[in-house]
This record gives sequence, structure tokens and C-alpha cells, in this order.
Amino acid sequence: MNMMPSLYTRRRITNAVGLTVSLLAMAFGLFWLIWILWTLLVHGLPALAPVVFSEMTPPPGSAGGLLNAIVGSLMMSVVGVMIGTPIGILAGTYLAEFGQRGWLAPVTRFINDVLLSAPSIVIGLFVYEVYVVHVKHFSGWAGALALAIIVIPIVIRTTENMLRLVPSTLREAAAALGAPQWKIVNFVTLRAARAGIITGVMLAIARISGETAPLLFTALNNQFWSSDMDQPMANLPVVIFQFAMSPYEDWQNLAWAGALLITLSVLTLNILARVLFRQSATSH
Amino acid sequence: MLLREASLKRQTLLDMLFRGITRISAFGVLLLLAAIIGSLVVGSMPAIEAFGFGFLTSSDWDPVNDQFGALIPIVGTLVTSGIALLIAIPVSFGIAIFLTELSPRILRRPLGIAIELLAGIPSIIYGMWGLFIFAPLFADHVEPWLNDNIGPMPYIGPFFSGPPMGIGILTAGIILAIMVIPFIASVMRDVFEVVPTLLKESAYGLGATTWEVMWNIVLPYTRIGVVGGIMLGLGRALGETMAVTFVIGNAHELTQSLLMPGNSIASALANEFTEAYGELYTSALIELGLILFFITFVVLSLARYMLYKLGQREGKTA
Repeated sequence: MNMMPSLYTRRRITNAVGLTVSLLAMAFGLFWLIWILWTLLVHGLPALAPVVFSEMTPPPGSAGGLLNAIVGSLMMSVVGVMIGTPIGILAGTYLAEFGQRGWLAPVTRFINDVLLSAPSIVIGLFVYEVYVVHVKHFSGWAGALALAIIVIPIVIRTTENMLRLVPSTLREAAAALGAPQWKIVNFVTLRAARAGIITGVMLAIARISGETAPLLFTALNNQFWSSDMDQPMANLPVVIFQFAMSPYEDWQNLAWAGALLITLSVLTLNILARVLFRQSATSH
Repeated sequence: MLLREASLKRQTLLDMLFRGITRISAFGVLLLLAAIIGSLVVGSMPAIEAFGFGFLTSSDWDPVNDQFGALIPIVGTLVTSGIALLIAIPVSFGIAIFLTELSPRILRRPLGIAIELLAGIPSIIYGMWGLFIFAPLFADHVEPWLNDNIGPMPYIGPFFSGPPMGIGILTAGIILAIMVIPFIASVMRDVFEVVPTLLKESAYGLGATTWEVMWNIVLPYTRIGVVGGIMLGLGRALGETMAVTFVIGNAHELTQSLLMPGNSIASALANEFTEAYGELYTSALIELGLILFFITFVVLSLARYMLYKLGQREGKTA
């Protein structure tokens, strides 16, 4: 008689302890998120003066802004996305629409998934080896190229996933009307999957806007205003890295301002992408 | 009649053209991988010729005399990633349980997004936060405690005694853990959700508690996927650069204490590559990159293989 309640109690206690710990784990995860965001706001907001957007990065010990770094980051990201997106969409289309037979699609899918989380610093090394070494100087183009290589796998993955969500009845209906395959893909399935693919591109932009490691050996940095993509180019992540590691308080404050800017834009892009995708998913 | 035939031919041609372009793009991904490996091998050739396999086991790092070895960065990379997993696996498991079984339905989505946002924060932000906020607190409050309480213990003591500087291998491991938790937790949540409701309901029907259902039904069913998720997190941790560079201390020294500064492959590259002089120095750093790429490639391939396996089984039973 005594055994039964004790076994039951023990199971209940184990359950309660286990579930409490999992609750604590959740709190633990959220705790860091809140702490990091709070720190950014506390240090970044006071430093985020209008001059940040109107002045160049200063020499040590004087005040200034981040204008050249912001513009450089935007330019390289735009070029990177413009190179990476078409290749990614085309390859993703192949995987989803044409790759049912043969070895190419499964192998590409696998390699792409591995590249998706490959260390970005190695991509910087790669671009350094194949581009920077040959032109013999760091440049904005090299930075954009490194970012494009990071964009491609992300876009491939989302494009394939989104195309697979398009019902085959749509394709069959178009085929029954006599549409050739390129028209079916371009005007029916890709169009139906548009919202999802845009989501993927936004996530890719969010990912590259904070990438530092691949830019260290490619775009390097530039203390002055430069919109010449063939020259070393200032960019927010590398400026933040340099300024944060420096002993000057002015520089560190600017680094906090830059960090807040990057984080806000990354989080906004992430949330926007989710809202957009959700809206398109519910409207179907 | 003739017109339609010509148009048909043109369409067939366009079809082939379009398919060809997409195929070339897909093939481009394979080419990219080959090019990455190829260029790294070519770039590290001088170092490979100079040091051979001894590069992997030598702890020299002496740019002045052109003596290089990869042991310290390799050990640093593995140890920081190991610490990260030790912390991240149980926490991620807890978060995944909470998100799939415990959380009220309304909170499930926002909390899931919050965890994913943690994954979206750029690594340089983690690095700055770690250097300016976390490391000083860690040095003032946690490391003296570790020195006093764990330091005197046999066996594990030496790992936790050392000057409380805040930056070092242990700090880097903890920051890495915070970074990989969201990756592992969201994979775990996704694989837990593929468990057929019928299985779980049968267990609940037999009187199992939530914990027993998770431990005895869900976890065995998704074992491959869970391990795959952990490997995915490991892949991230191994290659993580900026967060580690800020807090690891960048010292080419092999010490037993986890409180001492060290070096990882990625942080050595980030710190030294642009300032490296001489062919051999650059080449040794590129070889470090090659080693890093090789390790992460193996780990990530295993991770993907395991996740595919789980996906296949799901396909069969559904």
C-alpha cells in the first residue's frame, strides 16, 4: 500500500522539477536578450546624436559621426544583395522545379545547407585569396563579393522552400493552358511564392548588415569619405570593431551608437520579414 | 500552321535555355565550394611545405623567427565550443520543452520569435557587450568565487584558478553559449513538433506526466534530429569570430586554467591577418582557416545528414 503513493509522488516531483527547470531555461534565454538590448539602449541612445549621420568618422580624441561607414555599409550590402539574389533565386528554382532527377539537386542542396552556416571569416579569406591578392588592394567590391557569397545560400534555401509550398495544381493548370515551362515558373510559381522569397532576401540583408569577419580582409576600412567601390571602404561593423577596441572614449561612444543602429535595423528587418510572410500566408 | 510550329520551337528553346541557366546557377554552388577549398589549399601551400603535419601539433607561434604551429588556436577553438555546448544543450532543451509543451498558446509565437531574435543579433554586438558589460562583472563577482570555491578542489581545481581578469577562455565559452542557444533551441523545437500527436496522447492517456512524455517519448523519437541540432550549434560555435575575438584575450599561450586568455582559430585570423607580414606568416594563417573550414565542414555535414534522416523517417511514418 505504501509503495504506490510514494512512486506517484516521486513521479509528480520529478515532473514538477523538470518543468520548473525548463521554465527557468526559457527565462534564462530571454534574460540575455533583454540585458543586451537594454545595454545597447543605455549606451547607444545618448551617443546617437544627429552628427552621427552627418559627420565622418573622426581621428582619435575628437568628435565625429559615422556617415561614411553607414554609406559604405549600405553600398556594399546593396551590391552584395544584387549579385547574390538572382543567383540564389535561379539555383533555388532549379532545386524546386527541375531537380527531381539526377545527382545535381540533392548534392547542391546538401552543400548549400552546409555553406549556410559555414564560418563567415573563411569566406573573407577566400575573397582575399581570389580577389584582393590579385588586384593588390582592399576594396569595396571585394567586400560586396564576400557579402554576396553569404547571401546566396540563404536565398537558395528560402526560394526552394517557398516554391515547394506552391500547390502543384497551379503548375498543372498553367501547363494545361499550354504555357511553356519557363513561363509557368516565371509567371506562375515564382509569382505565387513572391512574398516568401522577399522574406528570404530580407533575412539575408539582416544577416549581412551585421557581418564583420568577412569584411576585415576585403573592404578593410577607410577613415575618409569614399564612394569609390574600388578603394578600401568604411563600413559600420569594422568601424564598431576598431572603435570599441580602442582606448578613446569618443570612439567607444560612437561604437555604441553604431551597434545600436545595426541591431535596430537587423531586428526591424527580422520582424518585418516575419510580419510580411505571415500576412501572405494567411491571405492564401 | 507554320507560325505555330515556329513558335513552339522557340518556346522549347526558351525552356531549355531557362532550365540551363538555373542548372548552371545550382552548379555554381558546388563550384563555389570547390573554389573555397582550392584557394585555401593553394594559399596555405607554403606553410604546408614548411611545417607538414607538425603544424597541427606544434604550439609555436613566433612570427619573428617564422615558426608557426596550430595547436593553441585549435585547442582554444575546441575548448570554447565545448564549454558553449555544455551550457547550451540543457538550456536549449529546457526552452524547447517550454515552447512545445508548457507555454500558453498565445505566448508560444512571441516567445519563439524572441528566441529567434536572439539568434539574429550580430555577433559583434555580443562581443562588445561581452567586453564592456559581461567581462567586468564576471571578473568582479564570478571569477573570485570560482578561485575560492572550485580552485582548491582536486582534478577540476586547476581549470578554475587564475587571475580574475574577466577576459579569457571561460568568458568566450559563455558568450558563445548565449549565441548558440537560440540555434539549438529552435532546431529542437522544430523537431519536437514533428512527433505525431497520437504518440504523445497515447502516453498521456496511460497516465504519463509531461516530463515523462518528453523524456521517454519525444526525445527518443527525435534523437537524431536533436543531435543534428546540437551539431549545427557546434558548427556555429566553432566558426564564430567577432564575439570570441572581443573576449578571449588573444594570447598564444597554452594554459590549463580556463580563466587565462587564449586564442581560437577565428580570433587569431581576425586579429593578425591584416597585419601579417611575410609569405609564411600569411600562409600559416590561411592554413588555420583551412583547418577551421575542414572541421566545421565535417561537423555541419554530420548535422545535416542527421536532420535529413529524421526528415526521411517522418516522411515514411506520415
